[in-house]
Amino acid sequence: MNDLVGPFVELIRRAATDLPADVEAALRTAYGREEPGSAAAGALATVLENVALARAHSTPICQDTGVPIFYVRYPQGMSTRQLRAQIEAAVAEATRRAYLRPNAVDSLTGRNSGNNLGVGFPTVHFEEWDVGARLPRPYLRVDLLLKGGGSENVGAQYKLPYAPPGPPASGGSTVPLKAGRDLEGVRRVVLDAVYQAQGKGCAPGVLGVAIGADRGTGYVHAKEQFFRPLGDTNPVPELAQLEERLLRECNQLGIGPMGFGGKTTVFGVKIGAYHRLPACYFVSVAYMCWACRRAGMIVQGEEREYH
Amino acid sequence: MATCDLTIPISEDAIRALHVGDAVRLSGVMVTGRDAAHKYLIETFIRADTVPESERPLYEELRRLLRGGVIYHCGPVVRQLPPSQGGTGWGWEFVAAGPTTSIREEVYEPEIVAHFGLRGVIGKGGMGPGTLRACQEHGAVYFHAVGGAASLIADAVKEVVAVYKKDEFGVPEAFWVIRVEGFPVVVTMDSHGRSIHSEVEAASREALEGLL
Repeated sequence: MNDLVGPFVELIRRAATDLPADVEAALRTAYGREEPGSAAAGALATVLENVALARAHSTPICQDTGVPIFYVRYPQGMSTRQLRAQIEAAVAEATRRAYLRPNAVDSLTGRNSGNNLGVGFPTVHFEEWDVGARLPRPYLRVDLLLKGGGSENVGAQYKLPYAPPGPPASGGSTVPLKAGRDLEGVRRVVLDAVYQAQGKGCAPGVLGVAIGADRGTGYVHAKEQFFRPLGDTNPVPELAQLEERLLRECNQLGIGPMGFGGKTTVFGVKIGAYHRLPACYFVSVAYMCWACRRAGMIVQGEEREYH
Repeated sequence: MATCDLTIPISEDAIRALHVGDAVRLSGVMVTGRDAAHKYLIETFIRADTVPESERPLYEELRRLLRGGVIYHCGPVVRQLPPSQGGTGWGWEFVAAGPTTSIREEVYEPEIVAHFGLRGVIGKGGMGPGTLRACQEHGAVYFHAVGGAASLIADAVKEVVAVYKKDEFGVPEAFWVIRVEGFPVVVTMDSHGRSIHSEVEAASREALEGLL
């Protein structure tokens, strides 16, 4: 197997220091929609200026380079053990070069490992795929998502039917939310998740939603949604409709950039539906901050292509 | 909404003149501190009967830096420079340094504001009623930096003056003493009891109820 440590470091550098063109364009559109001179417009202007600077300097867009989450699709016969070893070597090297902040903390001792390696860190999902039918040579595809802790903390998983627990300790009353086991229930809990998040996930954000699955894979699938281009249309008509409606309604909440109040709270809603157990109906909502850092690469023999 | 420049240390009068929505450019020396740092300040200095002898020099230094000063909720990406590039002879530079979510420090911040005489807390996402009350009582504000604007803010960091507890807490959690110029922030909680965060939350809650 080829040594892919160098190309993996480059993939990490690209993900950490630049934004995909569709994300940057969406932020620019959001800026144009806010009231000139408002705190929301100021925040988005700063965001856009920052993106340009990070690209020019080749330094991280955000200091929280998050958990590196790799999705690896590999052809038959490739060693996932070797791939993991090379990914880990690349993560340590990218940390040394300050493309990544050391983020792996021992949950028992509180010690930071210093190189982003640890038990279950980074996250790597492997899937063997068969692309022989479509392409002359088998190839490897690696997609990387850098997801910071602020946005990870505001993700939420709901079990439908859902009714909120008792009044909050702060003394206020709870929002009268009741959600049943249907797409209307999904709509309600997604709106609740965005309301609960306020600006804390670094709004404006993108939502990845998985309906169904078990608790663990629900979030895995929810995060896979972030790899969809912002402008695509869900091939399932009822999900496409729900995505469009939720995008509109989330923005009616008025939370705005950084929670300063404003017109754009989310700039993408992507939903996938998966089979579930008869007894379970989970809705997993992953929240991605405005710095929606995704990057991918394809390796075919000696050729590498980044996207 | 006004725009102004402030230099740390900041006077109480200057802080009381600020209102939510004001854009401020901060200059001077500030200290980063997040989860481990806040827990340490509370447990080792504020709630302890006596400060351990080994920690006394750091306590005195932090008291000096934080009086009229600003604490920044930030876990930076840093790069170690060879001495030849250190400029001031100090071997670190900030590469990326945006704010982290502040609400995790809510249980600690009011006591820290009171004990050290802070004039400002920088972070993102806002803080709760305890900090808002401390801001009113002691003359402090919450400055919101733009979450994720890490390159831009790192550019405003002109010098890493010192670092404390780096080996014990790790790079993101250490106390980094930094000199900044023109650090852009917005006042979202002022010393008069107003918080943009609670106002936006209330308005969005009403909107949510309309959509359910």
